[in-house]
Amino acid sequence: MKYAFFPGCVSKGGCPELYQSVKQVYPRLGIELEEMTTASCTGAGVLQEKDLRLGDILNAHTLALAEEQGLPIMTICSTCQGVMSQANHRLATEPGYLDDINRVLAEEGLSYRGTTTVKHFVWILLEDVGEEKLRQAVKRPLTGLRAAPFYGCYIQRPSAALGFDEQPARAQSLETVITLLGAEVVDFPGKTRCCGMPLLTINEPGSLQMVAHHTSDAKEHGADVMVTPCPLCHLNLDGLQTKAAKQDRREIDLPILHLPQLLGLAMGLEPRALGLKRNLVPTTSVLEKLGVA
Amino acid sequence: MLTTFRIRRFNPEMESPQPYFQDYQLVTERSDTVLDALIRIRETVDESLTLRCSCRGAICGSCGMRINGHAALACKTKVASMVSSDETIHVEPMNNMPVIKDLVTDMAGFWEKIRQVQPWLQPTGPAPEGEYLAAPEAMNHLTGVMHCIMCGACVSDCAALEVNPDFVGPAALAKAYRFVADPRDGNSSSRLRELNDPGGMWDCTRCMECIEVCPKGVGAMDRIMTLRAKGIEHGVPSTCGSRHTEAFADIIEQKGRLDEPMLAVRTFGLTNLRQLFSFLPMILRALPRRKLPISGPLFRPIPGIDRIRRLFRRAKEPR
Repeated sequence: MKYAFFPGCVSKGGCPELYQSVKQVYPRLGIELEEMTTASCTGAGVLQEKDLRLGDILNAHTLALAEEQGLPIMTICSTCQGVMSQANHRLATEPGYLDDINRVLAEEGLSYRGTTTVKHFVWILLEDVGEEKLRQAVKRPLTGLRAAPFYGCYIQRPSAALGFDEQPARAQSLETVITLLGAEVVDFPGKTRCCGMPLLTINEPGSLQMVAHHTSDAKEHGADVMVTPCPLCHLNLDGLQTKAAKQDRREIDLPILHLPQLLGLAMGLEPRALGLKRNLVPTTSVLEKLGVA
Repeated sequence: MLTTFRIRRFNPEMESPQPYFQDYQLVTERSDTVLDALIRIRETVDESLTLRCSCRGAICGSCGMRINGHAALACKTKVASMVSSDETIHVEPMNNMPVIKDLVTDMAGFWEKIRQVQPWLQPTGPAPEGEYLAAPEAMNHLTGVMHCIMCGACVSDCAALEVNPDFVGPAALAKAYRFVADPRDGNSSSRLRELNDPGGMWDCTRCMECIEVCPKGVGAMDRIMTLRAKGIEHGVPSTCGSRHTEAFADIIEQKGRLDEPMLAVRTFGLTNLRQLFSFLPMILRALPRRKLPISGPLFRPIPGIDRIRRLFRRAKEPR
């Protein structure tokens, strides 16, 4: 199981604990990674607001690099995943589009044939590593921990571009992983909703309202912790939770873990190695619950 | 199959009216739509159940409602596709609009927002002697958005509207795109300037709920993104939204990956120092955790940045 690893900007920027924790867990699952150092940012849907084709050119460049390596791409960010999946989908389905983009890539001596698959780490866990191997990797089952999933929009919608028809289990992938790690899934209506991150620049109170709503709602449904495969959601749900709680005049204090952090805990890894001290909402309550503190 | 329908009821004529859920059990066939089942409940079990429907063929857009948490047309949704045997199917009125009774919502606000974008052709210059002509290839890209049947599903599930009722919303913006992008319309620039105002095209949170729930494949959010691109192209006054987009693109062109602090500074600009400083407590907590990303000249471009810059340049060249 070897992948071209696309870490994304945020795991190298605002959420370094995500990069740190995925580095800890992947070798224990029989995964090999080759990091894509010359691939650009996907555009995160933001660059695409200005120029969709430019975004598709940049992503086709990344897809072509992986194709040359003969490797599928592994992402650790819902947004990177969604944006690249959408680009791949357009290149595969819009008549003449791949040729148009390839004319631009040709001047760099590149061509994309459309064969690269892009998979988020959470899908790889279930589809490639497999439930049995994942169970074997669990050394400290998260028994008694109640975890609320929070997906991030780009790994849920539009489902047509994300391969949900061929792989319907992807829609529930977080719940499946949480269960396999021994924790209890806390289902709540906000798990597939927007975290508010893209709204932050134009409507900060609205963005914070989403943070306060989802985190407090998960807590009211009994969650000890929230887990997300999206570092952009993490920036909002963890980074701005205190500000959101203040705006909403309530206490929330719900720890938000990156998926590899939760997985690492179940593998019996040290909290410090997983960067759990770097999350802004303290994660001590989670560690106490697991008897790790 | 025996199916339980858990329906959100609301009767304004009750004393201290409050919404509540009521369960109905019904034997359903494989071919039954949710609308077939609801009509059967109304005709054979409880005649007080109120819903709105007309064509029963996904054309009129009357039977929009939330089925298992997502907006859909009841007439286009098969019961068997939503639940297995002995499972409960949840049916609620659409969100983001007032409920008149049971599954019937008040669409007045929806129509008001559609009117707000002036959904009619506004050609400029002297009128032609015959019809206004447009080449088919100039209109093809509008066929998707013309499929909109105004059912309100996108508005119901819009996350941005939930936190900002003044947002004009996905249906009206998709309709606005239909005229901005129409080659016969002469008012694109003034339309885009109005859409640039607070509550307009920059207030979408890009959650793609509208794309997912639309029964007609209109893809409202994609249209909103095109409106933003056209707004920038037409030189509409900058907003936090457009500055964010422009700065993002510039940073990727220069560095290949995102310089997050620089993006924040360039988005909020020196005109909104107060908002920038309001993030100070978060920054102070991030610092000892070594979470503050490197920025500015210290933030190095990715290896092979020259190629990324060339790709940017070539994307701007005419095809």
